[in-house]
Amino acid sequence: MVDERLYELFKEKAELVNSEVYRFKTKKEALDFITCFFTQYGISVEEGKFAVWADNSFLSEEEKQRLSSSYKALGFEITKIKVANSKIGISTVDWALAETGTLVQDASKIEQRLVSMLPEVHIAIASSKKIFLNLSTLLPFIKPENASFFAMITGPSRTADIERVLTIGVHGPERLIIVFVDEI
Amino acid sequence: MKSKEFKYSIDEALKNANITGALSRFSEAYVVSRAKAFEGIDFEELRSKIAQIKSYVAENLNILAVEFKKNAEAKGAKVVRLNSPELVRQYILNLAKEKGVRSIVKSKSMASEEIHLNPYLGEAGLEVRETDLGEWIIQLAGQKPSHMVLPAIHLKKEEVAEIFSKEVNERLSSDIPRLVKVARQQLRDKFLEADMGISGANIAVAETGSIVIIENEGNARLVTSLPKIHVALVGLEKLVSNFTDISPILTALPKSATGQMFTSYVSIISGQTPNIDGSMKDLHIILMDNKRSEMANDPIFKEALQCIRCASCLNVCPVFRLVGGHVFGKVYTGGIGTILTAWFDELQKSEEIQGLCIQCGRCKEVCPGKIDIPELIVEIRRRLNREKGQSFVQKTIFSVVNNRKLFHSILRKASIFQKPFIQEGFIRHLPMFLNELADFRSLPAIAEVPFRDRFNNINQPKSNKKVIFYAGCLIDFAYPEMAEDVIKIFNKANFQVIFPQEQTCCGAPARYSGVFDVAVNNAIDNIKALLKEDADYIVSACPTCTAALKYEFISTLKSQGADEWLLLAKRVAEKSYDLSSLVKMLCDSKQLALKVISELQRVTYHDACHLKRTLRVFSEPRELLKRLGLEIIEMFESDVCCGMGGSYSLKFPEVSKPILQRKLKNIKDTAVDTVIMDCPGCVMQIKGGFDKEGSTIAVKHIAEIIAKQL
Repeated sequence: MVDERLYELFKEKAELVNSEVYRFKTKKEALDFITCFFTQYGISVEEGKFAVWADNSFLSEEEKQRLSSSYKALGFEITKIKVANSKIGISTVDWALAETGTLVQDASKIEQRLVSMLPEVHIAIASSKKIFLNLSTLLPFIKPENASFFAMITGPSRTADIERVLTIGVHGPERLIIVFVDEI
Repeated sequence: MKSKEFKYSIDEALKNANITGALSRFSEAYVVSRAKAFEGIDFEELRSKIAQIKSYVAENLNILAVEFKKNAEAKGAKVVRLNSPELVRQYILNLAKEKGVRSIVKSKSMASEEIHLNPYLGEAGLEVRETDLGEWIIQLAGQKPSHMVLPAIHLKKEEVAEIFSKEVNERLSSDIPRLVKVARQQLRDKFLEADMGISGANIAVAETGSIVIIENEGNARLVTSLPKIHVALVGLEKLVSNFTDISPILTALPKSATGQMFTSYVSIISGQTPNIDGSMKDLHIILMDNKRSEMANDPIFKEALQCIRCASCLNVCPVFRLVGGHVFGKVYTGGIGTILTAWFDELQKSEEIQGLCIQCGRCKEVCPGKIDIPELIVEIRRRLNREKGQSFVQKTIFSVVNNRKLFHSILRKASIFQKPFIQEGFIRHLPMFLNELADFRSLPAIAEVPFRDRFNNINQPKSNKKVIFYAGCLIDFAYPEMAEDVIKIFNKANFQVIFPQEQTCCGAPARYSGVFDVAVNNAIDNIKALLKEDADYIVSACPTCTAALKYEFISTLKSQGADEWLLLAKRVAEKSYDLSSLVKMLCDSKQLALKVISELQRVTYHDACHLKRTLRVFSEPRELLKRLGLEIIEMFESDVCCGMGGSYSLKFPEVSKPILQRKLKNIKDTAVDTVIMDCPGCVMQIKGGFDKEGSTIAVKHIAEIIAKQL
């Protein structure tokens, strides 16, 4: 069950910190939406502009193969060089916190962190069913015993270090696109 | 006394429109965004929780450090606890040498600044890059951070463009998004190539061996992810006991630091993580002591370990926003910075900067660690006095204040000596050495006949209801007419006013200067005087004196070990009221009726520091003024200090002056012709400021307003 109230609160708070929030019923719709960005950002092997997808469970092997053959510049194997030359990074996050518009991810695998840090755009896939109210309500469920790196992400990378002017996209992505899927 | 260099640095900072302008604009915006971020949150409850979590840590530092080490090492980290800055620097350098490290990327760490790590590693031939944008700018410019959270706030975009242009050998414009892009590009390769990453940590969890890092830019995620070696330099006080303890800290920290709901990134690292090539990261966590356990053993200063380094005390400080962190602090700046400098550096290093605190109490209101920063600064003053002794001037002044008869006879004589200088009740030019200190405002004349000599000539109705009036020096000797107004008010309510002649200075000047042996004598003399006769109430028209009667006599007696006086001090405290609160009580119980002012008048109200923040009185005077038929036009920052701060305005006239000028401007901006307040000190400062300007705005103590409507 999706808690509509939590979703609406999440969307409101996330957009306040420059996240872009979308929601789809099915995985297929979400996938179609995500691939639009490959075209939009003109990823291509020839131009050395890649996209990297640190997937754990969202895609089936078949889907991966289909995507790989359609988009040559899309990679599921993450190397430092490839991520560094990627326009888009895609990953799945584990939870969301409504009150602050925050995504929470077990990012023990370095791939999960790199795809959400080095490219200009981070597309984060999340389950609409896994939205918590806030950190206090989530904390009992996350166990540092089982994960060496928990990452919380709230909007794109930002700074106000020059004259206190808010500027988006410093060392991390300048766009954070959150794709909620109801059926996952 | 201020050294020449210190005075020069203050003057330079005050002249620097960049620093003062940027910090003032930030401080104004901060108050608004902070309030918005905390909307719907019970801040008192939240900070009580944090204070509880952190004070537990201060009590159990050693146990928690051991537990942290055990749990983090079980997950593959190497944890060392090191006492001195020298040992920490050596550990990191040895590690770098051993592993063949050449280049290091660093995310923001106050602990590394505390031990001056960068120059040390740099001299050893290592390339160390700060990667937080502000810190990188400062590093390239070869400067020092001016603010703990916003290190480059003193630089304008044109200056940043200049600094970056040199670095990239290209003429850059001052377009901020473009400058940020340049930083991204320049540092990206450094991240990818670095052999070692050095970070700090905001929290270290003993229960799980986790470190927690918060940030906005993403550089800390890269520093902790890309290089194969990660060194986390963590101050011992960052420990917490349980994993769930991170929640209140993470809730308060971003809101308190920048007024953000949450930072862009929070990283919780628990042990080794894999590198991209499948090997495991070499994770070293250094728990740095550097006097923190000594601090934890100090019954008074252990409270400072509750700090979560949000810098909110800087952001609300009326002095910090004028002079900035280059003057007000060393590595750690502002209120908490003064305290940390005294410990991590040495007590003597804080000698000059501690004087900058005006004791307005604004920082104490916002501190998410619930630290009584002004009180700890008073304690620094006290220990400095104990270690170094007082200056000759201070010693002379307080030896006079310590002796009531001598003190009062000198004040009486002062009224004779000042005669040639008085004009319309103001001292235009003070005699001799005081002259240059008063050039930004006029000072009131010492009354020819102080209140204590007028009292017996006042005809009072006899009554069973009695109230003791505590005048305080300023009202007694400079504003006796305020005292006469107070008598009128209580007589009208059918109270007979008692004025014990043996009352003396309330001890606040001595106490705020850390001269507790004088403050305790003042307290005892006053307690004796005030309890000689029985009365229903004790009232004062000076909030600083009232704060002394209600709270500070007790705390001074306690801290001086004069416990035999505590019971009596509590009796004084229970009976003591500030004027507005007591008058409102009498009105509410129909013992006093006030006449409404016939024609509508608009006024503004200035909140005195001790009334608002120590006595927590702010609605009572407003309510009284409204009942009198006055319309209150609220000024901007009505509860920000006027710059008086007792003798502060004499010690730091150059700081007091711009604080006063802001206050005068805020009053003028309301376009009313009367400003009312409850404090004779504020009257002295603000009236003096307007007089100097030749302004016609009337500055009135609330007693004067009420006494006319009886």
